[in-house]
Amino acid sequence: MIDTYEKVEDIEIRLLLEALYHRYHYDFRNYAMSSIRRRLRQAREQLGFSTISAMQEHVLHDPDMLPRMLRYLTVQVSEMFRDPSYFLAIRQKVVPHLRTYPSLKIWVAGCSAGEELYSLVILFREEGLEERTLFYATDINPDALAQAETGVYDIERVRLFTENHRQAGGKSSLSDYYTTAYNRCALDKSLRRNVVFSDHSLVTDQVFGEMQFVSCRNVMIYFDRPLQDRAIGLFRDSLPHNGFLGLGAKETLRFSTHADSFREFVREEKIYQRTRA
Amino acid sequence: MSKTPEGAVIIGASAGALEALSSILPALPAGYPFPIFVIVHLPPKKRSVLAEIFNEKCRLRAIEAEDKEPVEPGVIYFAPPNYHLLLEGRSSIALSNEEEVLFSRPSIDVAFESAAEAWGDRLTGIVLTGANHDGARGLQAIENSGGTAIVQDPSTAFARTMPDAAILACPKARILALPEIPSYLSSNFK
Ligand SMILES: C[S@@+](CC[C@H](N)C(=O)[O-])C[C@H]1O[C@@H](n2cnc3c(N)ncnc32)[C@H](O)[C@@H]1O
Repeated sequence: MIDTYEKVEDIEIRLLLEALYHRYHYDFRNYAMSSIRRRLRQAREQLGFSTISAMQEHVLHDPDMLPRMLRYLTVQVSEMFRDPSYFLAIRQKVVPHLRTYPSLKIWVAGCSAGEELYSLVILFREEGLEERTLFYATDINPDALAQAETGVYDIERVRLFTENHRQAGGKSSLSDYYTTAYNRCALDKSLRRNVVFSDHSLVTDQVFGEMQFVSCRNVMIYFDRPLQDRAIGLFRDSLPHNGFLGLGAKETLRFSTHADSFREFVREEKIYQRTRA
Repeated sequence: MSKTPEGAVIIGASAGALEALSSILPALPAGYPFPIFVIVHLPPKKRSVLAEIFNEKCRLRAIEAEDKEPVEPGVIYFAPPNYHLLLEGRSSIALSNEEEVLFSRPSIDVAFESAAEAWGDRLTGIVLTGANHDGARGLQAIENSGGTAIVQDPSTAFARTMPDAAILACPKARILALPEIPSYLSSNFK
C-alpha cells in the first residue's frame, strides 16, 4: 500500500516539474529528488492542497503560483562571509594572483539575496581591487535578485555578518558599509557601482563571458550529478587557464566528469584552479 | 564502483552521542554489508572530528559525507555540521542547507525520512541519547515504510528525552541497551 502511494507521489512530482517547465521555462526536472520531494510536500501542506496534482492544476492556470512555488523550490539560506575561512583563503591565496590582472571579471552564480556578492565586493575594496573589477551576480529567483539589488537586510543578522567578516580577515569595520533604520540595515549603494545583476540559470542558460573567478556556493548541491556536470561545464568554459572556481564547503569536483579540467588550489576551502585540460 | 548495498542502517544521536556511538560503531565487524549513516547534532560553525575519531577506532571506514558522495557497503557516513543529509535514492548522498528543523541542522528527522523513502523495509533506524525530540518523526517514517525501529533504552541514556520521544512515536520499536545494538546489527542482515 505505502509503496504504491509513494510511487504515485513521485509521478505527481515529475509531472508538476514538467508543468513548471512547459508553462514558465523554469527547469527543476534534474534537481536532487530527495530535497525537491521534501519541499514540494511542504508546499502542498502549507498552501493547503490535498495532492501535488491539485497543486499542479493551479500552477498551470494561475501565474501568481509561480513566485510561490519558487519560494519552495529554491533554497535562500545565506550569510555575509558565510564560512569565513573561505573568504580568508580568497584574501590570502587568490587575491595575490588576481592583482596581476589589469582588469577582472568575477561571477557570483546563485547569489541569492546578495550576501555572498557583497562579501566579495567588500573584500575586493579592502584589497584595493574593486575599481578594476566587474562583478556579475546571477540567480533564477526574481525576488532574491530584487533583494540583492536593494542590499537591505534584517538588522538581527548584522551581528553574525560582522563576526564572520572579522574572522574572514576584514581590514575595515563592516559598519563602514551600512546605515541602519527601522530594524533594517542598508548596504551603501557605492558597493553596487561595479555590479551587474542578472537573471541567469545554470540549467538552461549559456556562458556569457570570460571570468577570472567564479564563486558558486551551495547551489549545485540541489542538482543531480548530471546537472552538476552541466553547470561545472559552464564554469570550465568561462574560465581561462589559471582562472579560479570556488564551491561550497561540502561541495566537490571529485565526482564530476570535468574534474580533470581543474586542480585543487586551496583544498580545504574547495577553491579550484582551471588547468589546460 | 561496488554494487548498491542491499540494506542500510541510520543512526541519530545528540547529547552524549560520542560515548553512545563508541559502544556501537567500533563493535561492528569488518566487511559489514550495509552502509551506516550517522546524524549527530553538532555546533554549526566548527569543523567536526567525528569521522576521524571513528575511522581510527572502527574496523569500517568512516568519513564525513560530501555532496553526491556515492553510497557503498560497510562505510560509515557522518553528516557534516550545518547541512542536512538526505539519501538520493540508494546510490548517493545529497546535502542541503534548508532551514533548521527543530533547531537542528543536520536534522535527524529529515535524514531518517529520506532514508525511509530510499530504502523502505531494507532500513534499520536507531535513535540514541539526546535532549530534544528530533528523530521521533523520522523513526515513525521508517516504521511506516516497513523498516526496523530501534531505540536506546532510555534508562541507560545520557539524556533520555530523545529516546523517550522516539518510543512514544513508535510504540513497537525494539528497546535495546547500547551493547545489544551492535550484536543486533551484526546478526540481522535481513
Ligand atoms: C542556498 S542559496 C546560496 C546562496 C549563496 N551562494 C551562499 O552560498 O550563501 C542557493 C541559490 O541558488 C539559486 N539557484 C537555484 N537554482 C539555480 C539555477 N539553476 N541557476 C542559478 N541559480 C540557482 C537559488 O535561487 C538560491 O538563491
